Amino acid sequence: MSASDAVTGPPRSSLRRERSFDVVAVVVLAAATLVMLLPVYLMTLTSLSPAERAFAYPPNLLPTSLTLANYPEALFRLLPFPLYLRNTAIIAALVIVGDLLSCSLVAYGFARFRFPGRDALFVVLLSTLMVPLIVRLVPLFVLFQKLGWINTFLPVVVPAFFGTPLYIFLMRQSFLTIPSELIDAARLDGASEIGIWWRIMLPLSKPVLAAVAIFTLQNTWNDFLGPLVFLQKNEVRTVMLGLYGLMGMFADWHLVMAAVVTTVAPMVALFLLFQKFFVKGLAVTGLKG
Amino acid sequence: MARREMLWGYAFIAPWLVGLLAFTAGPLVAVFYWSFTDYPMLSAPTWVGLDNYRRIFTDDDKFLLSLVNTAWYVGVRVPLHLGLAFVFALLLHRGLRGIGLLRTAIYLPSMLPIVALAVVWRILLDPRIGYVNYFTGLIGLPPVNWLTSEVWIKPVIVGISLWHVGVPMVVFLAGLGSIPDQLYEAASIDGAGRWRQLLHVTIPMLTPAILYNVIIDVINSFQVFAYAFVMTNGGPNDASLFYVLYIYRHAFELFQMGYASALSAILFVIILIFTVVLLKVARPWVQYERV
Repeated sequence: MSASDAVTGPPRSSLRRERSFDVVAVVVLAAATLVMLLPVYLMTLTSLSPAERAFAYPPNLLPTSLTLANYPEALFRLLPFPLYLRNTAIIAALVIVGDLLSCSLVAYGFARFRFPGRDALFVVLLSTLMVPLIVRLVPLFVLFQKLGWINTFLPVVVPAFFGTPLYIFLMRQSFLTIPSELIDAARLDGASEIGIWWRIMLPLSKPVLAAVAIFTLQNTWNDFLGPLVFLQKNEVRTVMLGLYGLMGMFADWHLVMAAVVTTVAPMVALFLLFQKFFVKGLAVTGLKG
Repeated sequence: MARREMLWGYAFIAPWLVGLLAFTAGPLVAVFYWSFTDYPMLSAPTWVGLDNYRRIFTDDDKFLLSLVNTAWYVGVRVPLHLGLAFVFALLLHRGLRGIGLLRTAIYLPSMLPIVALAVVWRILLDPRIGYVNYFTGLIGLPPVNWLTSEVWIKPVIVGISLWHVGVPMVVFLAGLGSIPDQLYEAASIDGAGRWRQLLHVTIPMLTPAILYNVIIDVINSFQVFAYAFVMTNGGPNDASLFYVLYIYRHAFELFQMGYASALSAILFVIILIFTVVLLKVARPWVQYERV
């Protein structure tokens, strides 16, 4: 229900004004949509164009004489994108497991137990959102190098098993809404604390767990600075490093675009399939912050 | 029971506490300590006192330049990005039929990683046969060397970054959705028109979402890196040399870990000051209570 519907029985003239405002809104939004989607269209079009079309001027605007030949050329011959896709998928899967486990445990601790210093520690947790990776990157690089972790997946995977502040916050907000009668009843039945976390908190928080899993997948897939610094060898590179590498090879555009489309397609599909989780997850972060 | 509860509480948050020490607090302490050392990566750090800071503030033109470039980006990008997100959210919130499709379409490019956007735009902006100069040529404008122009490069990067407008837009939409309709009813009974409703109902009720978006956007914008790294590597003539790119060069191209630590420490202090000031300034007018 929108704001304009709230006005009951408006006079005819204001109704007409509402209508014309609606028309303006739709026109503006439709124009914005076209502009927003134009680069997506052009990159897809270029990726499907044979070389002579891709380099034609004036450039190709309509989908004519399309070909899929650029894809195998870019993905297999120029750089080993199947390897990059596999690496990225492994990293993302491990990070999702790590974040779901650690963040839900920590969030349960913050949401459902009283202990000295809890609220102060929670403020510390929120304030670590102000310490971006770049500020910590030099010491982390030195640490991971001393541990022999550079050029393994460990630097980008292990931290997830120790919790991510934003996700801990999201899960805590969700855990706080679970009625305490349920927890008390389970305790009376002799359930252990771990059992309550596993059998009550997690099953009742599926939407937030799904939102966190999706955000984690997206962030891991799109991550650049961390992999750039920690994953320098070809065997451990991720898809975004592959795209960057392709750019550095001065590869032909239609081939670069084929790689771009391939590497972003999973994220676009993720969004189209799970749209409501994006909207809900972002909504919670924004409102209670 | 209380003691048992306390122990369980600490046990559950233990993973985060360990991670805090290992991956956040520890590194932060190390950054400040190493900022007072000369640390050429392959040999151990040696104490040099304030020397790194002295060089940064008195003897390093690129420090100031990268800071000014970054401030330019933050100052221009945050208002544009959030302003656009706010307008889109207001228009989308009217709940017209079929509007969900437009919302999806506007959010969709936000799924594109920065690296992908940078790669795509570098190609679209090609001066000879790129699409952008073709389109501007259609309306009679002369071709521009977008990526090699000191004047254009920062506006171009700000412009490209606006393709992620969907993220703050969704936060605004959620905020708009949580404003009770009675407030608008009351306002319109009091004779408030659309403009006054926006000023006296919508914006005050939206202040938590506005504050959140501003803080997150400022923090993120200070970290602008990949656009310049992929498209221009800081050029032309350092016009897109942003602060994080400058840290990256000292740390991972020159391996001056002490100097890079000092630069990182300064960035941390800047972000800290901005966040604290924004929170302080916002406190009197942010409306947290729900009606």
